[in-house]
Amino acid sequence: MIEVRNLTKHYGDKKAVNDISFTVEDGEILGFLGPNGAGKSTTMNMLTGYISSTSGQALINGVDILEDPIGAKKYIGYLPEIPPLYLDMTVKAYLNFVFDLKKCKLPRRSHMKDVMTLCKIQDVEDRLIRNLSKGYKQRVGLAQALIGNPPVLILDEPTVGLDPKQMVEIRTLIKRLGKNHTVILSSHILSEIQAVCDRVIIINKGVVAADDTATNLSNQVTTDHRVIARIEGEKAAILQAIRGIEGIKYVRADMEREEGIWEYEMEAEPGQDIRRDVNRICRENDWNILLLKTMEMTLEDIFLKITMGEHIDLTAKGGDQ
Amino acid sequence: MGAIYRREIGAFFTSSIAYVFLAVFYLITGFFFTMDNLAAGSTSLASVFSTMFVISIFLIPILTMRLFSEEKKQRTDQGLLTAPVSLTGIVLGKYFAALTMFLIATAIVFIFGVILSLFGTVAWMTLLSNFLAIVLVGAAFIAVGLFISSLTENQIAAAVASMVVLLMFFLVDTLAARVSMSWLQSLLYDLSFYTRYYEFTCGIFNLSSVLFFISAAVLFNFFTVRVFEKRRWS
Repeated sequence: MIEVRNLTKHYGDKKAVNDISFTVEDGEILGFLGPNGAGKSTTMNMLTGYISSTSGQALINGVDILEDPIGAKKYIGYLPEIPPLYLDMTVKAYLNFVFDLKKCKLPRRSHMKDVMTLCKIQDVEDRLIRNLSKGYKQRVGLAQALIGNPPVLILDEPTVGLDPKQMVEIRTLIKRLGKNHTVILSSHILSEIQAVCDRVIIINKGVVAADDTATNLSNQVTTDHRVIARIEGEKAAILQAIRGIEGIKYVRADMEREEGIWEYEMEAEPGQDIRRDVNRICRENDWNILLLKTMEMTLEDIFLKITMGEHIDLTAKGGDQ
Repeated sequence: MGAIYRREIGAFFTSSIAYVFLAVFYLITGFFFTMDNLAAGSTSLASVFSTMFVISIFLIPILTMRLFSEEKKQRTDQGLLTAPVSLTGIVLGKYFAALTMFLIATAIVFIFGVILSLFGTVAWMTLLSNFLAIVLVGAAFIAVGLFISSLTENQIAAAVASMVVLLMFFLVDTLAARVSMSWLQSLLYDLSFYTRYYEFTCGIFNLSSVLFFISAAVLFNFFTVRVFEKRRWS
């Protein structure tokens, strides 16, 4: 379990991270999302004891990283943004070194084998790290973090440099690890966070801009009152009928998707679900509904809105509970 | 500490620094041994030991230059500093790895001694105290080189800066000889590595000099640890 309380880091006058607080429970996968330079890596470096915080506290399994760094570091497996690989060593020699460095008590051979199998690097174990492709280097970096089977994993952009197939593999692996590890994962790839993480924290300019589950984040800004419908029928009549729905704010025919079938975008007063109304008028007029959906915001939209500084009220909890 | 020590020893040999270092060291000491002992028919290794001091000034920076600068450049320091090891453990692991290389180099004098014993009587106690002296000088020099390596990301900069600093330790003597203020002169002589070392080559075992070299080694290793502490807190 990771507890972060009011963590702040100043570089001179610049506040790289400003008063961040959050908790990650055991067995939870937390996604750190934010544009480059938002403070993701700085936060992770503070959590792992690589740099100190200006103020605030980070507890790893209840151990303060600044008060008892060695005690806290024992619990952490860290994959930094640039994997700390010694290029002049073979994969096996390097992982053995990490094993010794972490003063690992597990049976060496079987543990090495497990980790290498898990990261799919057995076939390169005798090659020099220098000669590996970026994807393999990244996986050796992940293996390094997994050595000693630490309960907390902190992974800074673990899928950078991997091809799409490897990305899926690593995500599956992280998801599997998340069952019995506490994982913090940073990324700026939204689909990745959405696919892997239970919870998302969006960081922008050193502050937490949002902290919720991926689904909730979408829900909060999901707009039942904004609907897209694809309806077969005469355009003018349809527009007319929709305008007749009570509380409708605007409607427009977006584009002709198929012959004679237009897509309509409409918005009602907030909080009003107009899907039933749309359905009713179509039944009454004998039009066919070929598609009807609310305009959901993807994590991507939220992310962009937040990071572009547009105002979204994410502090108010969504109506899901 | 053990893991770092073993890795560094391995890295010395895979990076070929070990071979270059040992080859040059043996070549130069061997040259003086041949000239001043074999050719001159002397069993006194004083000139070999004097040479060792001077070549250490230039060769020890080769040993220490990449120890920390390369870590910083390749960002591997992040792996070390987030591992459950103390800063002191990291610094000493590297320090003793370099010191081990230096021991392997200087141990050549025992081979010289054995060769000389075939032709005459060797003063083994003097040789031993000389050996101890060069190891102590090396221990101090390596600590200085390691400290300088921790300050930069550039190996070459670390090597050149270390050479200059070590050379200063050597030149303090020449400076002291020209200083007229007696208190400053004696202070400079007290700080002189070479004056203290020279006593050993004359066969004088001075305990205060032993302590001086050890203190210098401890002090600079402490500085190196402070460099990392400071970097973490800045």
